[in-house]
Amino acid sequence: MIADRKPMEGAGIAELVIEFRDVQYRLPNGTPLLSGLNLQINGGETLVLLGRSGSGKTTTLKLINRLLVPAGGDVRVNGSSTAAMDVIALRRSIGYVIQDVGLFPHFTVERNVALLPRIEGWPSEKIQNRIAELLQLVGLEKGLGSRYPHELSGGQRQRVGVARALAADPAILLMDEPFGALDAITRDELQREFLALQQRLHKTVVFVTHDLREALRLGSRIALMEAGRLIALLSPDEFLRSNDARIAAYVEAFAGGCDLLASRGGR
Amino acid sequence: MNLLHFFSENRQQILELTLEHLWLVGISTLLAACIGIPLGILSARWPAWNKPVLGTANIIQTIPSLALFGFLLPVPWLGDRADRLAILALTLYALLPIIRNTYTGIRGVDPAVVEAGRGMGLTANQLLFQVELPLASSVIVSGIRIAVVISVGLATIAAAIGAGGLGEFIFRGLAMVSNQLILAGAIPAAVLALAADFALGWLERRLRPR
Ligand SMILES: Nc1ncnc2c1ncn2[C@@H]1O[C@H](COP(=O)(O)OP(=O)(O)O)[C@@H](O)[C@H]1O
Ligand SMILES: [Mg+2]
Repeated sequence: MIADRKPMEGAGIAELVIEFRDVQYRLPNGTPLLSGLNLQINGGETLVLLGRSGSGKTTTLKLINRLLVPAGGDVRVNGSSTAAMDVIALRRSIGYVIQDVGLFPHFTVERNVALLPRIEGWPSEKIQNRIAELLQLVGLEKGLGSRYPHELSGGQRQRVGVARALAADPAILLMDEPFGALDAITRDELQREFLALQQRLHKTVVFVTHDLREALRLGSRIALMEAGRLIALLSPDEFLRSNDARIAAYVEAFAGGCDLLASRGGR
Repeated sequence: MNLLHFFSENRQQILELTLEHLWLVGISTLLAACIGIPLGILSARWPAWNKPVLGTANIIQTIPSLALFGFLLPVPWLGDRADRLAILALTLYALLPIIRNTYTGIRGVDPAVVEAGRGMGLTANQLLFQVELPLASSVIVSGIRIAVVISVGLATIAAAIGAGGLGEFIFRGLAMVSNQLILAGAIPAAVLALAADFALGWLERRLRPR
């Protein structure tokens, strides 16, 4: 598992791409969800937001592309506050992949992938080339391009989701439990391909998961969240060796869950 | 046999009144769609619009049709011509199902699809026209279908204020106690309703996303 992990990026000084500065987030009814969140994400890394369900991972992710707006503090992308940016331009410069995929059911695979380039007014030849390139990149046969989402398997759908997010070649990719709804074998396959892809593309990836193994496998750093707070920010190796009680508790709880599955013959 | 004979003898007039009926229903449905679909979109987009819009349409729906025709009669420009008045009344009745279904259809779009669209940077209008409306179209057509079927029936009452249509046969038949006349209005009206129901039902299925 450790062996196929993505090696750390080249030696150069890491460039700061996404930054949370003392970010607060409250629900519309005023309940605070996140408070005092500080986090710096570097160019080309895969930062995993890890934590149990309800710990605030999705909220944190959506603050980056401004699907949610902070109640305080500042979320910065490429050195500028997202509050001062055109939100549409911001989102188009960030790929977004979610667990439920959210493919447009009335569009073919090709049209799903090509929607943003089309809206951005790319010439049609460039769009056609890009579609072919993307389908190949995510391991889909060319012939699938004319299918509708309901004619695909879960794994294929998520591949299309990734291709769509990459269409306009964003430097940042946000992924919210993208492989969470897939069976174990497909998930393993997609994780492996994600690593290969990331080795080629060097996107700045923020990857949300509650799956410890996925976090250890894919992340260059792991940010552990609990009840709306960031409680640790470590590399996978540091994470496994950590003596912090809360980290140990997470590892143990997760390992316990896996043993239970194993003992039932689950995997 | 008697009835068939009557139908063939009066086919010219039956055809005329059927066309008149179609016109009343067609124009009013078109108007209702032009007003109702935007209102449905507004109430789906801004929940504050929802209650007043649907509430008003609901209230209109509860006014008995003859009474509504009566209320509108003294209105200056409208009262000049019975067909104007009938078209307005039919439009008002058709609004509710169209608004309601537009609202429901847009609200019923898979939240993951909407989130993906917003997340990738579609503007509100791009999301509406490329995603939400196409995906809601089947439900919207179903609202139009309900409106048309109701309208075909209601339009027979428009003859009471002299707006024409198949209701003329029915009212004449009632006055003359002639089943033949009543049927000469009722049968084509029923056929119209069934045909519209079938055609729009087909369209609705065609548009339904898989
Ligand atoms: N719109 C909302 N209304 C009410 N509660 C919400 C809303 N959004 C999120 N929450 C709550 O906020 C907490 C954090 O949510 P989320 O960021 O989605 O967690 P995670 O992605 O880690 O599972 C959860 O307890 C969730 O129930
Ligand atoms: Mg979540």
